[in-house]
Amino acid sequence: MSSDVRFTDFKSDKQPTWCPGCGDFGTMNGMMKALAETGNDPDNTFIVAGIGCSGKIGTYMHSYALHGVHGRALPVGIGVKMANPDLEVMVSGGDGDGYSIGAGHFIHAVRRNVDMSYVVMDNRIYGLTKGQASPTSREDFETSTSPDGPNQPPVNPKALALASGATFIAQSFSSNAQRHAEIVQKAVEHDGFGFVNVYSPCVTFNDVDTYDYFRDAIVDLDETDHDPSDRDQAKDKILESEKEYMGVLYQNEDSVPFEEREGVEGSMAEIPDGAPEGAMDLVREFY
Amino acid sequence: MPEDLNWAIGGEAGDGIDSTGKIFAQALSRAGRHVFTSKDFASRIRGGYTAYKVRTSVDRVESVVDRLDILIALTERTIHENEDELHEDSVIIYDGERSTMQDVEVPGDATALEVPLKRLAEDAGGAIMLNVVALGAACEVTGFPIENLDESLEKRFGDKGEAIVENNKKAARKGQNYVQEEYGEFDYDMETTDEDYVLLNGDEAIGMGAIAAGCRFYAGYPITPATDVMEYMTGRVDQFGGKVVQAEDELSAINMALGAARAGARAMTATSGPGIDLMTETFGLVATSETPLVICDVMRSGPSTGMPTKQEQGDLNMTLYGGHGEIPRFVVAPTTVSECFWKTVEAFNLAEKYQTPVFLVSDLAMAVTEQTFSPETFDMDEVEIDRGKVVDENEIDTWLDEKGRFQAHFAAADGVSPRAFPGTTDGAHMTTGLEHDELGRRTEDTDVRIEQVDKRQRKVETAREQEDFDYREFGDPDADTLVISWGSNEGALREGLTLLEEDGYDVRFLSVPYIFPRPDLSEEIEAAEDVIVVECNATGQFADVIEHDVLERVQRINKYNGVRFKADELATEIKQTLDTPPEATQ
Repeated sequence: MSSDVRFTDFKSDKQPTWCPGCGDFGTMNGMMKALAETGNDPDNTFIVAGIGCSGKIGTYMHSYALHGVHGRALPVGIGVKMANPDLEVMVSGGDGDGYSIGAGHFIHAVRRNVDMSYVVMDNRIYGLTKGQASPTSREDFETSTSPDGPNQPPVNPKALALASGATFIAQSFSSNAQRHAEIVQKAVEHDGFGFVNVYSPCVTFNDVDTYDYFRDAIVDLDETDHDPSDRDQAKDKILESEKEYMGVLYQNEDSVPFEEREGVEGSMAEIPDGAPEGAMDLVREFY
Repeated sequence: MPEDLNWAIGGEAGDGIDSTGKIFAQALSRAGRHVFTSKDFASRIRGGYTAYKVRTSVDRVESVVDRLDILIALTERTIHENEDELHEDSVIIYDGERSTMQDVEVPGDATALEVPLKRLAEDAGGAIMLNVVALGAACEVTGFPIENLDESLEKRFGDKGEAIVENNKKAARKGQNYVQEEYGEFDYDMETTDEDYVLLNGDEAIGMGAIAAGCRFYAGYPITPATDVMEYMTGRVDQFGGKVVQAEDELSAINMALGAARAGARAMTATSGPGIDLMTETFGLVATSETPLVICDVMRSGPSTGMPTKQEQGDLNMTLYGGHGEIPRFVVAPTTVSECFWKTVEAFNLAEKYQTPVFLVSDLAMAVTEQTFSPETFDMDEVEIDRGKVVDENEIDTWLDEKGRFQAHFAAADGVSPRAFPGTTDGAHMTTGLEHDELGRRTEDTDVRIEQVDKRQRKVETAREQEDFDYREFGDPDADTLVISWGSNEGALREGLTLLEEDGYDVRFLSVPYIFPRPDLSEEIEAAEDVIVVECNATGQFADVIEHDVLERVQRINKYNGVRFKADELATEIKQTLDTPPEATQ
């Protein structure tokens, strides 16, 4: 790792095809800043993404990256980190990718607590398929596939995370660049699974959860007396439906990452030229 | 006494059938006898009929036959289930004092030994040891030195303390003495030798092969009959710096393995048919992203949940053609338990040399069969590792474009690009399931699309040139009758061949472990008069493939009732096939 890494070093020379004004620009910039600030460089960083607008991030960033299949980015990230704990692993997803098709993996990634960060670009709509309801869409949000609204309450990803035993839960807003980068940085620095739900507005298809809406609704936790180490306080704020919070909702300072608890040490990429020493003992076991 | 002895213990699941059978099989193996085991079991934890069968001889045994010489029947149903395999010299051991066994009718002229298993076990220290009493009785009937059983009991119960071991030894002797006193001498005298054998099943051989080959990351989800691979690797791979992760489902399992492989580890997942279905989407990603990965399919009866505890070779088409679009892959199917080890090693080398997923296809019959081998069969010094075109910091410059970007999907002449593990300076690159350019970036450019599709397909041609995708040959090389098979049928066919030879039939047998790419069999088929393809499925999936290759109809022997082929059964079937005109067979 070199100390003179700038966040632009994480930028690729590919121009994003996100719509002008899309929240994902800000979300990505914050991710790049957080990685640079934490002393990482593109060659020790692995970005994993699923499908959707959020999934494009690996192309626009410069690092080792994998753009996978819909909803399955988290297990890929877990595999990368388990095989080489020296790598900085960051997973990016969207609300459809992460909380619908990938909801099962989300719960299990949270409880596994592998040391990586998970940044979800939550725009409360399916953007890339041109405007259908997502799992975080409001109950009455009219879309092409929900003309009268989805008629079911939205998923509360922070509550899911808390119930699953999360050790780090944060929420951020892509438009507030400085705060967003700080929050993602805390997720990266966290020893365990750093989950950040980022409000990342869709300017094309979502006319309800807009920049203006979030700007008005968001309360910065740093301006309240919130104690992130207090799980009960976190629970109350997470279940509160009237307000949108920004900041670290919950952090367990005693978190020990899964790979550490499992005793994984160093990269699994290094293997001997033949069978490992002592392998004949494996055969003798069957006497 | 026959040269080979067929022994079984049967009862309800939960009766300790498996562990009792294993104790006996291990005792035989330690006494220098060859062993081939098979299991009848149902998909439930308690209740239902289950049996553990052991065939043993001083010579190698490669299959099961339709004959049972000694049967320990813990339930009446056990006798009925095996009625067809009993003969006039068979001996049945059962507890006539049990209320459910009092009216047992012994079929034919078989000898019935009523041994009060439970009462004798209680005398030795606990009713739980009644199976061991039966083992002692079996030792007496077969003249098998009971000291060998002692060693096996020590291995099984050693960690439960000296007292438990001693009680079990006592229980075995109670059974032995009872038979001696009540029934006198038996005609059997089971020979022992000084040979050292190891006893293991196909799943264990795959797990051991994976560790030997440097596999360090395994992710899987429990499913019959692949679970033993995961259970074997758990704990053991840790000793070599690896880890097994039990994923939340098969989708997660293959994606974790993919992630680990991208990070540079040799990685594997194993599952059975339904799990392969779930993994298929990511299988496409593995191939398109050119990630080396070994995906093991231990087949069982399908489709859907089918018959989870029964044999079938029905997934060949799935492994050969599964996944949307056109995907280069290797499909390797070991033909014996020991080949499960060696083909697993080979699978990892193929995966990394060609940066392509490899389907390692086994089946239930192989997974649950334990077989004896001399330890040298698994000579670890013979294991070779080829990681393919991995580049490090010193070589990476060669593979950077004019802007200094690593060309992870460089359209090399042999179809294989350089590979940089994450962490390699200047190697940072993107990979994706989307069609991509040489840098790994998404493209819809028509020329690049063709270049990348061709590049991936070229690996197959390169592999055909560089690798030896051959068959194993048995029988008479000049015979007019050619039998072809794949996977676990090899043992039964080899023994079936001997039976056919005794009846004057000359047969040439090719056992094919490579499904794709596979050996060209056109010359062999042309040289034969009758060509028969044997496989455990209804439609003849491998026969279809061969017909496609040689543009010629072949005859088929198919079995899909859930039970593996038996040697004597196959010999009969082959004779019948040869007596029937080719057009009428299916």
